[in-house]
Amino acid sequence: MRRAPQPLTRRHSPTERVIELGLMLAAVIGVLTTFGIVVVLVVQTVEFFRLVNPIDFLTGTVWSASIKPYRFGVLALVSGTLLVSAIAIVIAIPLGLLAAVYLAEYASPRVRTTIKPILETIAGIPTIVLGFFGLYFLTPNILKPLLGSDVIGTFSALAGGIVVGLLITPLIASISEDAMRAVPGGMREGAYAMGATRFEVVRKVVFPAAISGIMASIILAMSRAIGETMAVVLTVGTQPQLTLNPLESVQTMTAFIIQISLGDTPQESIQFKSLFAVAATLFVLTLALNLISNRIVSRFRTAY
Amino acid sequence: MAAINAAPVHQFEPALMRRRLSGTLFLGACMAAIGVLLIALVLVLYDVLVQGLPWLDGDFVTGVPSRKPENAGILPALVGSLQVSVIVGVVTFPIGVAAAIYLTEYAPEGRLNRVLRTNIANLAGVPSVIYGIFGLALFVRIAGLGFTAISGALTLSLLIMPVVIIASIEALKAVPMAQREGALALGATRWQMVRGSVLPAAAPGIMTGIILAMARAIGETAPLILVGAFTYVNFIPHPFQGGYTVLPIQVLDWATRPQKDFHGIAAAAIIVILALMFILNALALFVRARLARHIQW
Repeated sequence: MRRAPQPLTRRHSPTERVIELGLMLAAVIGVLTTFGIVVVLVVQTVEFFRLVNPIDFLTGTVWSASIKPYRFGVLALVSGTLLVSAIAIVIAIPLGLLAAVYLAEYASPRVRTTIKPILETIAGIPTIVLGFFGLYFLTPNILKPLLGSDVIGTFSALAGGIVVGLLITPLIASISEDAMRAVPGGMREGAYAMGATRFEVVRKVVFPAAISGIMASIILAMSRAIGETMAVVLTVGTQPQLTLNPLESVQTMTAFIIQISLGDTPQESIQFKSLFAVAATLFVLTLALNLISNRIVSRFRTAY
Repeated sequence: MAAINAAPVHQFEPALMRRRLSGTLFLGACMAAIGVLLIALVLVLYDVLVQGLPWLDGDFVTGVPSRKPENAGILPALVGSLQVSVIVGVVTFPIGVAAAIYLTEYAPEGRLNRVLRTNIANLAGVPSVIYGIFGLALFVRIAGLGFTAISGALTLSLLIMPVVIIASIEALKAVPMAQREGALALGATRWQMVRGSVLPAAAPGIMTGIILAMARAIGETAPLILVGAFTYVNFIPHPFQGGYTVLPIQVLDWATRPQKDFHGIAAAAIIVILALMFILNALALFVRARLARHIQW
């Protein structure tokens, strides 16, 4: 964007100064929020690490916060989170990218203006509603008849993964579609002039040209899946365990935080303090993914 | 020469068929993906409507929670949700718009601006539960506001602020530069230019952003659990004192009970949430169309 021009009158009236200062304060609130979040997480996590060895926390694979002997191996929660996110992303990548290609390359403007808002509605549904759907429709009416009710229980990583996959699909679709639409028409026309079919143009011209936006959307969606809470709380259960089996009940980091805050755990207890260490782990994971996504966009942005 | 020319024509025909076929198959896959998403959306709505509609009546909306599902109502949660949503709108509107104005109209291009923008983008990616933990520390404990609707609303305001700022920045950027140059050429100061010329033109976009943020606040659940909204409330909550609860948390409470009838009233409460969000979305469209009527460039 071109910069706003300078005012002709260089009257630095006090009012103007005060207004500018006020606006700046508002803009700085964001930085203060980030700072505040980091301080709260660090202070409380350090407190927790006085009670539990940080190495045991980071490398332990058993999490038992409410049943003695207490064990705080965060890998049990991290693995549950990653399992659910992996299922979600495996579902969301093909669905989201195919939908994006259709909207960007095939759909007529009329079809696009009809379908796009409908797909965005999915992103707007409160995630607790999707959790409710996963628990009381998806599992009993689709997964159990399909897999057998002795194979899959009421709570499973699979049900959670499918629901989270559904809610991150619009994110992938929308950002990838923007990336594909930003590819200039001239590149497509060049390929058509060489005799390429429409599919070949998509596969060999549009897709490679839009790859940075597509990658960024996928990483952003992973970050969103890892931080997703309510849809997971209702569907995956409360069984922290290190497993790769999607049919098992697991517990994610976010679901543990909710479980602790729903109960009447005293705020001075070790369980309540462990919540902050888990939140710090979650924060670091999602922040890393967001930074990678930003980096991809800014580094590989090709100006056409 | 003749031999070279003759061969390719013959070879291309089957290949072209195959290329076209793979294209058709791919288009089929694309449409199937759209179909799956549409079916999923329909199933979600169908499930909620079938389970919830039988329970939804006037008494449900005006009643208070009860141990018997047939007597239970959502009034305290509904009032709590509206209080939270309105406070979020009132808090994020001035701060979010001011931040956006600073970033687009005032801040010199450079490091500070870049840092502020990157920070906002990163804040938008922080999981909502973490805002809940921050709200618990800052508003409930340090500020001493306790487990009240105002604590919940301020927590959600922080969560939603980046969305409001980003939407307002987009709206301000869409105002043509000539609009600003015109104001300055008439001798306006920077603030006079912003207030008289830029803000009115960006108003439809900004208002839409705020209303959509309020809609989002109605559906947020996780951060509010941390700031104490998960309680039994059978009275109309006061925003600044005493317990409060909100609709999605009432849904969570009922959905996690073993009795099937409670799942029905959870679905009925979901219908109320979706209806509120739908009304706010429609309002956003209406405001946008209404305000944009006078703007032409």
